[in-house]
Amino acid sequence: MNTMGDFWVVNAGAAVPVVAYQLVSLILFFAGIYGFLTRRNIMMMLISVELILNAADINFAVFNRYLYPGQMDGMFFALFTIAIAACETAVAIAIIINVYRNFGNADVDNLKKMKG
Amino acid sequence: MEYTLLILLFPLTSFIVLGLFSNRLSHKAAGIIGTGALLAMTLLSFYAAWDYFTTPKAEGFYQTLIPFNTPWLHMGSHLHIDMGILLDPISVMMLVVISTVSLMVHIYSLGYMKGEKGFQRYYGFLSLFTFSMMGLVLSTNIFQMYIFWELVGVSSYLLIGFYYTRPEAVAASKKAFIVTRFADMFFLIGILVLSYYTQTFDFGTLMSGNETIFQHALSTRFLGASALVWAMALIFIGGAGKSALFPLHIWLPDAMEGPTPVSALIHAATMVVAGVYLVARLFPIYVAFTPEVLEGIAWVGAFTSMFAAVIAIVQTDIKRVLAFSTISQIGFMMVALGVSKLEGHEGLGYMASLFHLFTHAMFKALLFLGAGSIIHAVHSNEMERMGGLRTYMPVTHLTFLVACLSIAGIPPFSGFFSKDEILAAIYGYHTGLGIWMTVAAGFTAFYIFRLYFSIFWGKQTQYAHTPHESPRSMTFPLIFLAIPTLLGGFIPFGHFVTANRSVYTIHPDWPIMFISVLVSLTAIFIARKMYQYAGTKTGEASSGLKGFQKAAYHRFYVDEVYLFITKKILFNGIARAFAWFDHHVVDGSINGLASVTDWVSIKIRGFQSGEIQWYAYIFLFGTLLITALFLFM
Repeated sequence: MNTMGDFWVVNAGAAVPVVAYQLVSLILFFAGIYGFLTRRNIMMMLISVELILNAADINFAVFNRYLYPGQMDGMFFALFTIAIAACETAVAIAIIINVYRNFGNADVDNLKKMKG
Repeated sequence: MEYTLLILLFPLTSFIVLGLFSNRLSHKAAGIIGTGALLAMTLLSFYAAWDYFTTPKAEGFYQTLIPFNTPWLHMGSHLHIDMGILLDPISVMMLVVISTVSLMVHIYSLGYMKGEKGFQRYYGFLSLFTFSMMGLVLSTNIFQMYIFWELVGVSSYLLIGFYYTRPEAVAASKKAFIVTRFADMFFLIGILVLSYYTQTFDFGTLMSGNETIFQHALSTRFLGASALVWAMALIFIGGAGKSALFPLHIWLPDAMEGPTPVSALIHAATMVVAGVYLVARLFPIYVAFTPEVLEGIAWVGAFTSMFAAVIAIVQTDIKRVLAFSTISQIGFMMVALGVSKLEGHEGLGYMASLFHLFTHAMFKALLFLGAGSIIHAVHSNEMERMGGLRTYMPVTHLTFLVACLSIAGIPPFSGFFSKDEILAAIYGYHTGLGIWMTVAAGFTAFYIFRLYFSIFWGKQTQYAHTPHESPRSMTFPLIFLAIPTLLGGFIPFGHFVTANRSVYTIHPDWPIMFISVLVSLTAIFIARKMYQYAGTKTGEASSGLKGFQKAAYHRFYVDEVYLFITKKILFNGIARAFAWFDHHVVDGSINGLASVTDWVSIKIRGFQSGEIQWYAYIFLFGTLLITALFLFM
C-alpha cells in the first residue's frame, strides 16, 4: 500500500534531521522577537509577528510529521494558523492605515497617545 | 359615642388639605377651611361634653368611656400599643378648653395674620397642633399619649419658627424643641420602666386600682427608691419640660418669637398645661403608690411659681411678662396637684388644679390675644413704647382689664375662684407653703397690673401713626373669651371634675379668701401708684434692690448656666474629645486607606505606559522566567 502519507513519511524521514527544522524555526522565531522589540515602524513589527507565527507553523508541521506520522492534526493546525494570521494582518493593516492617516507616519510610539 | 373620632379627623383633614394644596389655595380659602374644620370640631366637642356629663353615673361616679380602641403595634406577647379614644371627666374638660381656645385663635388669626406670607402654612400647622393636642388628651394609653406628645412638640416647633427668616425665631424654635425633647427623653424612659414592670401601657389597667400589677415595680429597688418611684418621677420630668417648670422653663420665654396667636394657643392655654394634664391623668398612681414624688411635684411647682412671678415683675417685653406669668400659673396648678389626696375634701387640690387650668386657659388666651391686638396696633413688644392706649383701643382695653382682674384673683372673676381653691388646698396641706403661694399670688397681681397700667395708662406716648382698634375678627375672640373669664367661676366645677370622680360641692373658705383678696388689692394699689400716672419705668428701683432687680431682669442667669454647661462643659470638654476621635481615628483610618491606595496606584502606574514594545519585553521575560522555573524546579 503506497498512500500519500506513507510516501511523505518514508522520504522525508531519511533526508533531513529534525534538529535542522528546529534550527530554522528557532532562527525565524527569534528574528521575529528581535524585530518586534526593536522596530519602531508598526508595519515592520507586523512582519515580525508573521515571522513568529511561521516559526510556530514549522514546528506544528515537523512535530506532526515525526511524532504522529499517521495523522494530519498538526498540518491542519498550521493551515488554520495561516488563515488566522491572514485575518489578523487585514485588521492590523487597517489600523496601521488609520494610524498613518492620523499621525502622518506609522511609528509605534504614536499609539501611546491612545492610553486612557 | 363613636362620633368623637370625628373630633380628631376634622383638624387632621384640614391639616392634610392645607398642607398638600397650600400653594393652590388663596388666603381666604385656607382661612375658611382651617376655621371651618375647627368650628365643626368645636361644636362636636361641646356636644360630646354635654353627652358625657349627662350620661347616667354609676353609683355616683363618672365612668370612663372608650368609644373606640384598636391595637396598633404588638410588642411581645403581652404588650401592645393601642390607638383609641378615652373619655373621662378630665379629657372631656380638656376637649372643651382646647376646642374653644383653638377656635378663637383661628378666628383671631384671620385678622392678625392677614396678608402674611405663608398664611396657608400657618393654618395648616395650627390644624396639626389642634389634632395632636386632641389626640394627646384623648389617648387611651400612655404610649399613644407619648406619640401625640411629640407631635404637639413638633407643631410647636414649627409655629415658633414660623417667621423662619428671622434668626431669633429660628433659634427660639430650636431651643424649645431641644429643651422639651431633652425632657421627653426622661418621659420615654419612665414609660419604658413603668411598662416593663407592669406589662401594660393602658390607662384603664393602670388605674383599675388593682395593686398586683405594681407589685413587681414596687419590690424592685434601684438607688434607694423603688422602680415605680423612678418611673413616675421620670414621667413627671417629661411633664415638667412641656409645662416649663424650673429648671426646664428656659424655652418658654423665647417661644414668644412665634406669632402672638400661637403664643396664646400653644404657649399659654393648651400645650404647656399638658404636663398638668399628664400628672392629673396618672394621679391615682401618684397618690396611691408614690406620694413622695407627688410631694416633690408640689415643691417644684411652688418654687417655679414664685421664681417666675419675680422675673415677670421686671420684664419689659409684654409677651415675656405673660410668658413668665404662664410659668408661674402652671406652678400654681402643679402645687395644687402635689398637695392633693384622692377622697372628698382632701381631693380639693386636684379639682382646684384642673379648675385653674380651665380658667387660666381662658383668661391667659385672652391676655395674649389682647397683647397681640396691642402689638398689632403699636408694632412693638416693648412696654416702653406704649402708654395711654385705653382711649385708642376701648374693646382691647376692657377685655384686657377683665383678664387682668381675673388672674389677679379679684371676685367675681373666674381666676378668683380657682386660685382660692388652690390656696385653700395648700393651706390644708402646709401653712408655710400656703403663705409662700399667697405671696406669689400677690406678685401676680402686681406684675399684671404693672403691665396693665403701663400699657393703657401711664404717660402719653408719641406714636408713629395713631393706634386704632383691631378689626372685628380680632375683637370678637376677645369679647368671646371675656365671657368665660367673667362668669367661669360660677361653674360648679366640683360637679364635673374631682379626684375620685364623685360630686364635690365647693365650700368657700372665708378667711383665706379674705386674705388673698386683700393681698391682691394691695398689690394692685401699689402698681397703680407706681405706674398709672408717674410712668415709673422698669429701670428704676430702690437702691437696695438694684442688684436683685438686675438679676431678675436677666432671669436669674438660668440661661447662662445652661449655656455654660452646654458650651463650656459639653461642647468644649466632652464633645471635643469625641471630635478628636472622630477626626483622627474614624476619619483617619478611612483617609489612610485612601492614601495607601493612592500611593500604590502611583507606583504601579509606570507599568501601564502604553508602549507596546515595553509590554512585549515584560511578556517575553515573564515567559522565559516561567519556563525556567518549570525546567529547573
